[in-house]
Amino acid sequence: MASLLVIGLVAGFLAALFGVGGGIVIVPLLVVLCAFDQRRASATSLAAILVSSLAGAATYALHGAVKPGAAAVVGLPAIVGVLAGTVLQQRLPVHRLSYGFALVLAAVGVRLVA
Amino acid sequence: MTLVAVGVLGLVAGVLAGLFGVGGGILFVPTLALGLGLTQLHAEASSLLAILPTALIGSWRQWRYGNLDLRAAGLVGLASIGGVQLGVVVAERIPEATLQRLFGALLLAAAAHLAWRTRRG
Repeated sequence: MASLLVIGLVAGFLAALFGVGGGIVIVPLLVVLCAFDQRRASATSLAAILVSSLAGAATYALHGAVKPGAAAVVGLPAIVGVLAGTVLQQRLPVHRLSYGFALVLAAVGVRLVA
Repeated sequence: MTLVAVGVLGLVAGVLAGLFGVGGGILFVPTLALGLGLTQLHAEASSLLAILPTALIGSWRQWRYGNLDLRAAGLVGLASIGGVQLGVVVAERIPEATLQRLFGALLLAAAAHLAWRTRRG
């Protein structure tokens, strides 16, 4: 139980600092610290992200930093996108595409760091 | 960038998140900052709101598949509220350019993580 609380604290901190859900740390930590298998870790992480994102959005909203219109413009089309993405995952050679996507992420990262 | 173009980017971000199993937030933040011209802080704050619908649908599906450990998710989620408070304080205090660089470093880490995961199979 202590491990779960530590995972939550770390994930919440990163979620608020970076505006992400925190799955990138929750999933591997559940696997390593709590012996979850990958599938159960990913599913459980999604539900935890729901809470961390809600807490982050609510806290930032109180400080006037949330732009609801902007969030809707990307967040609502993304619902359709995620559903399509999970279907496509069964039909595309995701394994080979992953390196391409990693490169795109790295390119945006370099642009922001430089 | 027009709203339609940003909406398309949101759609693409969703597809990529579903395909590669990454969170939407890591793609929403640059879309909001570079596409709509939000400040890094406002992009991050708005990204957290934008994540909610997809996380809700994803959680519901996983719950139906029986993969979700509700007790563990509840404990991680509960503790995350404390971490969030600290994260907000830090994000609001560090300079905008530093926050953007740190986010860029997170993207590089995510890219490395994805490549490593792919290589392992």
